[in-house]
Amino acid sequence: MDSDLKMKNVLISILFVCSGSLWANEWSGNIALEYRQYSHDAFSSSQYNQYGSVAIQPEWFHEWEGGKQSLTFVPFTRWDEHDEERTHSDIRELSWLKVFDESELRVGIRKVFWGVSESQHLVDIINQTDLVENMDGEDKLGQPMINYALINHWGTLDLFILPYFRERTFPGLNGRLRTSIIVDTSNPIYESSDKENHVDYAARWTHNIGNWDIGLSHFNGTSRDPSFVGGLDSSGNPVLIPVYNLLQQTGLDLQATMDAWLWKVEVVNREIKDNRYTAATAGFEYTFNGVFESTSDLGLVMEYLYDDRRLAATTPFEDDLMLGLRWTKNDEQDTSLLVGMIADVDDESRLYSLEASRRLGESWKLNLEARLFSGLKNNNVSNQTIYALRKDDFVQLELSYYF
Amino acid sequence: MMKGLILLFSLVAFSGVTFAETAEEKGLAIAIEADKRDQGWSDQATASKMILRNSQGAESIREMRGKALEVEGDGDKSLIIFDTPRDVRGTAFLSFTHTLKADEQWLYLPALKRVKRISSSNKSGPFMGSEFAYEDISSQEVAKYKYKFIKNDKFNGRDVFIIERIPQYKKSGYTKQISWLDKEMYQPLKIEFYDRKKSLLKTLTQHEYKKYLNKYWRPSRLEMVNHQTKKSTTLLWTSYKFKNGFKSRDFDRNSLKRAR
Repeated sequence: MDSDLKMKNVLISILFVCSGSLWANEWSGNIALEYRQYSHDAFSSSQYNQYGSVAIQPEWFHEWEGGKQSLTFVPFTRWDEHDEERTHSDIRELSWLKVFDESELRVGIRKVFWGVSESQHLVDIINQTDLVENMDGEDKLGQPMINYALINHWGTLDLFILPYFRERTFPGLNGRLRTSIIVDTSNPIYESSDKENHVDYAARWTHNIGNWDIGLSHFNGTSRDPSFVGGLDSSGNPVLIPVYNLLQQTGLDLQATMDAWLWKVEVVNREIKDNRYTAATAGFEYTFNGVFESTSDLGLVMEYLYDDRRLAATTPFEDDLMLGLRWTKNDEQDTSLLVGMIADVDDESRLYSLEASRRLGESWKLNLEARLFSGLKNNNVSNQTIYALRKDDFVQLELSYYF
Repeated sequence: MMKGLILLFSLVAFSGVTFAETAEEKGLAIAIEADKRDQGWSDQATASKMILRNSQGAESIREMRGKALEVEGDGDKSLIIFDTPRDVRGTAFLSFTHTLKADEQWLYLPALKRVKRISSSNKSGPFMGSEFAYEDISSQEVAKYKYKFIKNDKFNGRDVFIIERIPQYKKSGYTKQISWLDKEMYQPLKIEFYDRKKSLLKTLTQHEYKKYLNKYWRPSRLEMVNHQTKKSTTLLWTSYKFKNGFKSRDFDRNSLKRAR
């Protein structure tokens, strides 16, 4: 009876809210034009050197009860000139929030970020990576969830029920930044017989004690990071089929903020297919303020990336060093530049990246991104995936309009 | 003779009382009085707009909303949400100011849904590309400065104390500030900021003071001029709301994530 009433209230609220959507100030968002130029011809004639693309991500937000309740809706869609897999849509967010005195409840599709490091995000596991968006893995697909957060003097305990699994996106036949044999996403293999309907659970405790910010988490569910087996698609072409195994992951993330120093550690222990392994990222960021006789800041980032499976790891970052330089001009246009390199300690493979951005006027933003790969070798399991990118150096220019 | 001695003694004693208050003590006493008069506001919600002007006079606009919670015996807690420029819309900044130890600061980046603990050592850095530094807008605690009373004066027809204050934190961008403090409101009408090379860097003037809750004076307009770069920033406080019933729960990392 009581829950029926509550359901009714929720439905009435949604109806009320939809009628309210005529209020223009509840809409915001951005539209982005993107152009990518690859510097080398690809290994397949089905791939191109220039890619144009456009993406739109509106956002609708409505709150009531003085902000104690709210609804958010963020659809996303991209059209890509050549890559039919990169032309895709997603619901980034469609969620309801209710704030209580000592807890918060969120129901719906959302994105959640965990962790502290810059070079890779080991602890972060709730959302699947929208890999076709960007190879850096920072773009995520919306994850359906029920999230209840208990907030107290001992910190915040977030509990998650994740009732549906999202598959990773992969570039198609006409796309770049892919393996030479394409990944066929139509028939993935799941360890769980429930397949994508397997219910995953997660919990995370976060707390802040003085200069320390700590997070401890556990995840029990389907791994977001697939392995692959060879197979044939419906037309008999060789393809890679993603395999999603069940995973137990315990994670720790820790940051100490000491003056201009940020010290960061992320460690995960994962159990997958009866194999247990540990991976970690550890490093620091130091910021010099007011450099070059100006108000700009220069940040130095250094992180070490480790995976104890070493050369058998499913990641190329098993014994690598990341060096980064972040320059923030602190001007009216928010001009910033980040250059970085991830170097394998054991061989010559290097991944270089550059990200620069600047606002134009009040509503436009220009982003420049470049990635270069050098010294890649197909000499072990760990280097396999990144070896596929050896011809994929690119520069990307993106112009966004915010409304 | 005896009377004369007593008179002499009392004169010495009397003058001793007045002259025992050094310029430093008087400066500190005024700062403590100003702080005392601004206590008890408990919380406030604000809306503000910054107009940034470069040396050619080209303008850009920043709009934000803020919440602040008074913390007795320590610095205040504050949350700032940015509305424009639109590409930073929803970015939120949480700050716990402390008088003696380093401030605690977190930034929420809505596109990544990421809460980042950031270093608070950059007190002298520009706030949102404006001519205001973080240290200019963060809560002003008595212990943050050493004071010296300079003289009584008039400013725009109002009686003021001119006070010198020297920042006590190492990373301050200033070697000293000269403040024109209104004797009726105990609020600054003008502050001059001197850079690390001891030359005049910026001048701040505060205008259109209004009294809230029949006690607390707040300016409606601030003008900051940078004499070295010729850039300037106008900060308009478009609304002040007191006694909102905020609790520290409204100033935690969870509230930062849902700040809109």
